[in-house]
Amino acid sequence: MTNHPIGKPFPRKEGRKKVTGQALYVDDLSFPDMLHGVTVRSPAARGKIKNISFGGDVPWDEFIVVTAKDIPGANHVALILDDQPYLADAVVNHPEEPVLLLAHENKYLLEEARRQVRIAIEPLPPIFSIDDSLNKKEIIWGEDNVFKKFLVDKGNVDEAWSQADFIVEGEYQTGAQEQLYIENNGAIAIAKPSEGVTVWGSMQCPYYVHKALVKLFALPEHQIRVIQTETGGGFGGKEEYPSLIAGHAALLAWKAGKPVKMIYDRAEDMVATTKRHPSRTHHKTGVTKAGKLVAMEIDFVIDGGAYCTLSPVVLSRGTIHAAGPYVCPNVRINSKAVATNCPPHGAFRGFGAPQSIFALERQMDKVAKVIGLTPEEFRRRNFIREGQTTATSQMVREPVDMNHLLDRAFELSDYHAKRERFVNKNQNGETSLRHGIGFASFMHGAGFTGSGEVYLQSVVGAEATADGMIHVLAASTEIGQGTNTIFSQIASEALGLDVDMIEIEQPDTNKVPNSGPTVASRTSMVVGKLVESAVLGLKQTLIGSGTLSDGYSQAEFKKGCSEYIAKFGPLKTSATYQPPPNVHWDDEKYQGDAYGAFAWAVYVAEVSFDELTYEARVENFVALQEVGRVINPVLAAGQIEGGVAQAIGFTLFENVVWKDGRMANNQMTNYIIPTPADIPPIKVFFEETPYAYGPGGAKGIGELPMDGAAPAILNAIENAIGVSFTCVPLMPELLMEKITSPAAPRHDA
Amino acid sequence: MTDKSTISFTVNGESTTVDAFAMTRLLDVLREDLQLTGTKEGCGEGECGACTVIIDGQIVNSCLVPVAQTNGAVITTIEGVANEERLHDVQQAFIDHGGAQCGICTPGMVLAAVDLLKRNKQPTESDIRTALAGNLCRCTGYMKIFESVVRACQK
Amino acid sequence: MRGNVPGYQLVTPSSLAKALDVLADQPGVWKPFAGGTDLMVLLESGNLRHRNYINIWNLKELRQISVSNDYVVLGALTTYTDVQSNPILHQEFPMLCQAASETGGLAIQNRGTLGGNIVNASPAADSPPALLAYDAEIELTASTGSRWIPYHGFHTGYKQMQIRNDELLTNIRLPRKTNHCYHYYRKVGTRKAQAISKVCLAAVGQKKNNQIADLRIAFGSVAPIVIRCTKTEDALRGQQLDQSAIRLGRQSLTNEITPIDDIRSTATYRLRVATNLLADFLEKLQSH
Repeated sequence: MTNHPIGKPFPRKEGRKKVTGQALYVDDLSFPDMLHGVTVRSPAARGKIKNISFGGDVPWDEFIVVTAKDIPGANHVALILDDQPYLADAVVNHPEEPVLLLAHENKYLLEEARRQVRIAIEPLPPIFSIDDSLNKKEIIWGEDNVFKKFLVDKGNVDEAWSQADFIVEGEYQTGAQEQLYIENNGAIAIAKPSEGVTVWGSMQCPYYVHKALVKLFALPEHQIRVIQTETGGGFGGKEEYPSLIAGHAALLAWKAGKPVKMIYDRAEDMVATTKRHPSRTHHKTGVTKAGKLVAMEIDFVIDGGAYCTLSPVVLSRGTIHAAGPYVCPNVRINSKAVATNCPPHGAFRGFGAPQSIFALERQMDKVAKVIGLTPEEFRRRNFIREGQTTATSQMVREPVDMNHLLDRAFELSDYHAKRERFVNKNQNGETSLRHGIGFASFMHGAGFTGSGEVYLQSVVGAEATADGMIHVLAASTEIGQGTNTIFSQIASEALGLDVDMIEIEQPDTNKVPNSGPTVASRTSMVVGKLVESAVLGLKQTLIGSGTLSDGYSQAEFKKGCSEYIAKFGPLKTSATYQPPPNVHWDDEKYQGDAYGAFAWAVYVAEVSFDELTYEARVENFVALQEVGRVINPVLAAGQIEGGVAQAIGFTLFENVVWKDGRMANNQMTNYIIPTPADIPPIKVFFEETPYAYGPGGAKGIGELPMDGAAPAILNAIENAIGVSFTCVPLMPELLMEKITSPAAPRHDA
Repeated sequence: MTDKSTISFTVNGESTTVDAFAMTRLLDVLREDLQLTGTKEGCGEGECGACTVIIDGQIVNSCLVPVAQTNGAVITTIEGVANEERLHDVQQAFIDHGGAQCGICTPGMVLAAVDLLKRNKQPTESDIRTALAGNLCRCTGYMKIFESVVRACQK
Repeated sequence: MRGNVPGYQLVTPSSLAKALDVLADQPGVWKPFAGGTDLMVLLESGNLRHRNYINIWNLKELRQISVSNDYVVLGALTTYTDVQSNPILHQEFPMLCQAASETGGLAIQNRGTLGGNIVNASPAADSPPALLAYDAEIELTASTGSRWIPYHGFHTGYKQMQIRNDELLTNIRLPRKTNHCYHYYRKVGTRKAQAISKVCLAAVGQKKNNQIADLRIAFGSVAPIVIRCTKTEDALRGQQLDQSAIRLGRQSLTNEITPIDDIRSTATYRLRVATNLLADFLEKLQSH
């Protein structure tokens, strides 16, 4: 067994099923006697429910109707704070809040019925902006509308301003973004008070759903079963939301005594489910004449919508990433997540970091300009190195070389030559296009923050069959990112067996232990390491039992399994998360080792700007990142390309139009993601500085690509037309407004 | 309420007859009446292409076709792309070169690519972008989809 | 899928004559259903108000393209793909081909029809501005006979048009007089494909000795209907092609179009971009 699968481009394990249409997503499943279910939602943003009436020519006695009163257990979605109801009872706090559920066997009649339910609401004044929430225009949550706040305080910022030769301020904003997985949220439930609840669904975290259903139905854990079906994209949008839809399907099934399938259509999914948290960041930066950072004061606020959901954790990640891969002795970050009367915002790839990194990387360019340095020179003078500490006083314990990454990214993108060429091209003005190039440098921490991984106590199981097949048992879901293939390669490498000998069990809470959620870029790095440990445990057990010796062949391994099982019974092991040594995090002071590992990156964007139509377009994109170890180059590049495409969407295409707290453009025709005609060539390059605690040295990479494009693109636009923009999405209408205003500076007359 | 009609067409080489309301989406007839669940619903508005099928030699969004208009039509869905023994070159290329991630857009994407290669055996990248412009993918960023189509041509 | 499918009728007459008879027998009860790319979207969102449709998709009489000395005649069921496959259209009416190529994606182009596009009467439609600029005429047919009218003037207000409820749009014809013309088509959408336009200009110009001999200017998405900007045409006709003509064009256009704020864009953006595109057309006509 000389093949080393780690590092090789093994084809996707479930690829054949996917290209032949045989992969089964939740809407492809059907059960005998199955009913369809729909959710009836609040028409108002905030108010007291006065009356619910069932009108029209609908045979209501044929319908299953579920309200909050039908909930057997607790009417809240168990997550962090238990403030979000499954079904609104007396009050509603956001448009489209679920109020009641209907089921019927006829899909068409069901929709007719949904149209005929009238929910009468006595309105209360809603708030929709971060400012109104901070200013307590209305108190809509808790005592002060604040879900969570953090303070990171390094050194002494207040005293450090006097050391600065320049003080530069800037304010930056990011809008909401819809995950827009191409498969809508969906769940099928079978539930009987005497037997328990089983749910199949499109999801990232079966054990989150499990935990939520345990509380919803007040049942013991073994009576709740959650099974992940093939999932058509998640990106965080199926991290916590599935608990809600699974609960709804189950409540209907519980009352109906029949299976219930609930699949959202696109309009409902867009208007009612979570989005990326909008943000506002204020930077105040003190630098010396020599271009060294002496003080950074950052105020970071995110809009969490009506209920807490995951806002504290999004805030946490955004806070920790807010000061970037730079060394500064005095840093203060004040951050808050606040409530508004919009549908709750939630997880979306990057999880707070794209928001705070956007602000930082725009601010870095701004400061550079003020002090008369190029954007790259200013960063070079401040890049963090091994032995130095981040804003949370985490010491960097690896040989990170951001200068080298910057050099290489510039070489790969022909940055300097293009920058020069564009000056001439723009001045000649032969076409209506102006060109520019810009970059962003950043890092992204993988795994749960601080003690989060210890808290998760993730477990992975492994079992060998008598013919030597290895079953990997983990709750980590395949959602397109390559979990099945990566785990197979890791197990195959650890055992020296063909990748085909490894089978990844479908995540089913009856069959797999809780290896934690499929989020936070932790699946390869953290759970993959547990996969390695668990399968090594099988090998050790065989060797320890005398049925196998070191240096075995694949045939000998099979024989060993067969012997062992005949003699001793099932061959099963498990591995539980152990934190790496020297990782210390202080939750009170918000200080210490935030993440086990950071991946480091420089992204370069080349843009064109059309003076006729004010449209900015990305023409070329280079994404260079250091990721520890590339387990599968095709899958890894695919993650970066996909993330960059989403980030380009975040920057230039995807605009959520809000009207009274509700997404008004909730159709794919009006919420715009890039098509194959819109995406530029994205060139991806990797470097590897192995991380000792990742399988094969791997760090997490799933979210990293979301961080760099927005600031790189806006930096490039400023290079192209000499006008600075500070918000995304940056739509042509906004570009036009600023450029054509009398105050706008132009770099050509 | 209207009566159902009887509609006959060929799907993946097999003659088929269904009884359905005239306005029923072809997508629903395929998925529910014929249990051909490979064709997906992504948007129900003709924007995403996940429901792409081939009717009489042209790709269409099956969520926008009322079944009454398919009387006598020859339809190919994703289930009809591979022949008995082997996958289509496009399908194999998608597996080999990372053209599929979560897979939900893949059936539509494969059909659009198969249709392209029938019309143009050596498409340029620009031809590929144009042919696939009506098929949205959220996972891949399209790069490996383009590469998969290019590799399929090279076979 | 929110539409109540069992509540709709879609009947399939076997010929154009039979379809017209149905329309004549029960005026206002039936509407035609062609490729479905607009109507099915309405059905799926639960917004298709009308219930009774005549399926005309298979009427071969409506799918021909014929060429005479004076006209190219396109059947109402000509799809966007059919348009792009026709060499004479590429040669003499390139804006129509460009518009067709920028409508939706290929799957939409295989099903969407020119006739459907015209009677759907969206002010943001892509092909109608080109049809207006090419002085298209349309044929409206009832069981009692048919008539040709200029397409210009067909739309009288938002979703209002000069068609009786016993009539079907059967053909579109384009006069073959585009030799020596400069054609300019630009659709500004939300993205490069599958996009509803924010502004769309179709312009044709003929010059003589750097003077504008004749021109047609048609816009989509800047008024309740697709429009010919005849006031601006009149102001520019006969002018020397220079900077002051361009200024005059911008000025006249600003007073002639009435764009609005909507979910996709703003009135100021549309106005600004419309005038920029007109200026670009005139500059390019000048250097043509």
